[in-house]
Amino acid sequence: MEFLVASTIGVITAAGIYLVLRARTFPVVLGLTLLTYAINLFLFITGRLAVGQPPVLQDGVTAYTDPLPQALVLTAIVISFGMTAVIVVMALRAYIESENDHVDLIDGDNDRGDSRT
Amino acid sequence: MNHWIILPILLPAMVAPLIALTVRHDIVLCRVFSVASTVLLLVLGGVLMGTTAVEPVQTYNLGNWLAPFGIVLVLDRLSALLLLLTAVLGLAVVLYAINGWDRAGRHFHPLFQLQLMGINGAFLTGDLFNLFVFFEVLLIASYGLMVHAGGPARMRAGVQYVAINLVGSSVFLVAVGLIYSVTGTLNMAHLAVEVGRVSAADRALLETGGLLLLLVFAVKAALVPLHFWLPGTYANAPAPVAALFAIMTKVGAYAIIRVFTLIFGAGAAASAGLAGPWLLPLALVTLVGGMAGVLASRRLGQMVGFAVIGSMGTLLVSVALFTPQAISAALYYLVHSTLAAGALFLIVDLVRERRPDLGDRLTTAPQFAQCGFISALFLLGSMAMTGLPPLSGFVGKLLVLDGARESAHAAWIWGGILGASLLAIIGFARAGTTLFWKSASVEGTLQPMGQPAPALPFVSVGTLLGGMVLLTVFAGPIMLYLDSVAQQLFTPQQYIDTVMTPNTVQPAGAH
Repeated sequence: MEFLVASTIGVITAAGIYLVLRARTFPVVLGLTLLTYAINLFLFITGRLAVGQPPVLQDGVTAYTDPLPQALVLTAIVISFGMTAVIVVMALRAYIESENDHVDLIDGDNDRGDSRT
Repeated sequence: MNHWIILPILLPAMVAPLIALTVRHDIVLCRVFSVASTVLLLVLGGVLMGTTAVEPVQTYNLGNWLAPFGIVLVLDRLSALLLLLTAVLGLAVVLYAINGWDRAGRHFHPLFQLQLMGINGAFLTGDLFNLFVFFEVLLIASYGLMVHAGGPARMRAGVQYVAINLVGSSVFLVAVGLIYSVTGTLNMAHLAVEVGRVSAADRALLETGGLLLLLVFAVKAALVPLHFWLPGTYANAPAPVAALFAIMTKVGAYAIIRVFTLIFGAGAAASAGLAGPWLLPLALVTLVGGMAGVLASRRLGQMVGFAVIGSMGTLLVSVALFTPQAISAALYYLVHSTLAAGALFLIVDLVRERRPDLGDRLTTAPQFAQCGFISALFLLGSMAMTGLPPLSGFVGKLLVLDGARESAHAAWIWGGILGASLLAIIGFARAGTTLFWKSASVEGTLQPMGQPAPALPFVSVGTLLGGMVLLTVFAGPIMLYLDSVAQQLFTPQQYIDTVMTPNTVQPAGAH
């Protein structure tokens, strides 16, 4: 099971990194999503892999799984979900305003004047 | 247990929704609430700093849960210093923003308060995962502030900024996970104890986690080669936001100082001194690269952005030595460079709004309104940033150089800092000559767009420049305080004992 979980995380991370390095915003957003999935899985298993063990104290049970990583993952999922929503909206707005969905700043972006109106 | 400790987080957290929900239609009330909250934060910062003189380390157990199990806020001299610095910068920024920037888009003041909340939280927390959460709070607010007032260039720079920070957050989580998996705790004081006990077999995992943390903090602190987001972000962000972001890079520097003196300090056995060998060469490259960027910039805002990178290099060179003397020099330079960068970003905006079609591009054009006065402000700001006497930049660099005297790499450090300072002086002198001096020889005057408001922006810039004058005049007493801060960082036992000793509030009936 360790091998399966570890290689799953590895493959998802690799796919995520590949997509993050793409030039346009849509693949980058997908890549960030994949990356956060991999990270969530990774955080989850930092409490070690255990099957069928309870996280809270129960009578007559001696083997427990670590509950803290589960709480951490919950926080991480909520945050990454919110962040994905933010970047989708911002990418869309940037695309609509500049009619260009490249992530890198094109030459001249840095030379453009201030846009306060 | 000191209940005042949570107020720097609670106050902006309450004021932000209050502004957003009840008074958002009335810009005057928004401004009143926002300025009042920032002034209160300044007072709180002063009071809290005063209490650390009596009781150097104070804790606050959230929800009254005991230390290694619950989240704990810790106030020590370093966090008190940074709370005060944040409030000073915040006040100058909000005074500048109420002059019109806050009406250029929606919800400036709630986002600004949330940003202050995140920054204060990051300085106060004593828990590694909670540090991640506060990083996210300050980042979410900064995403909103970064694209305040909109526009295509700003939106695109914003997307880049968000994407880079999301990757950074992921790496932070990996680092936290790795450290938790071998130590079984996330409380920083408890980690400081546990890290020394990690078995040799798990040490590789622990050190990978520690270095990944360094990587994340280096992204925040704009260390080369992770700096590339900074010039685009700062040059495109609204001016008050760019000025506020001057403290954001310092959050990265703070986290490096905290984690690598407390958790990976002398008590970490084989893992002690994990960061130094990586940090020093990278900081030197940052220093020289940033100041070379100053020379190459074609816009004033971009140039100040590169100067910020260079100053982070100077700061982190000093941090990388990890000696009490070097850290106290680094802290002095940290306070100075925050004020200097904040002031310069505001001055850039003063120039920008007076040159309608040219903005802050480094081209010679006719004189603009109040050219002489603004050029004097620019001169003061650049003297501080480049480290010319008599302002605090000179004192700061002198202290950093003095702190590096004992180091084995002293020649590199002295050469790097002095060489980079020369590059910065040439860059700033060239920009000042092009913008202000040569304009006298061009016929006509430029009409500013709109009505540049009279006094308030100058009050705001004056506050920051005045802060640097105070920093210079009172360098002696301030250094005494900073020495005590550094001393406290290098004797972490008191911090660990205070956090780990149960000191919860007893319910009233228990007595």
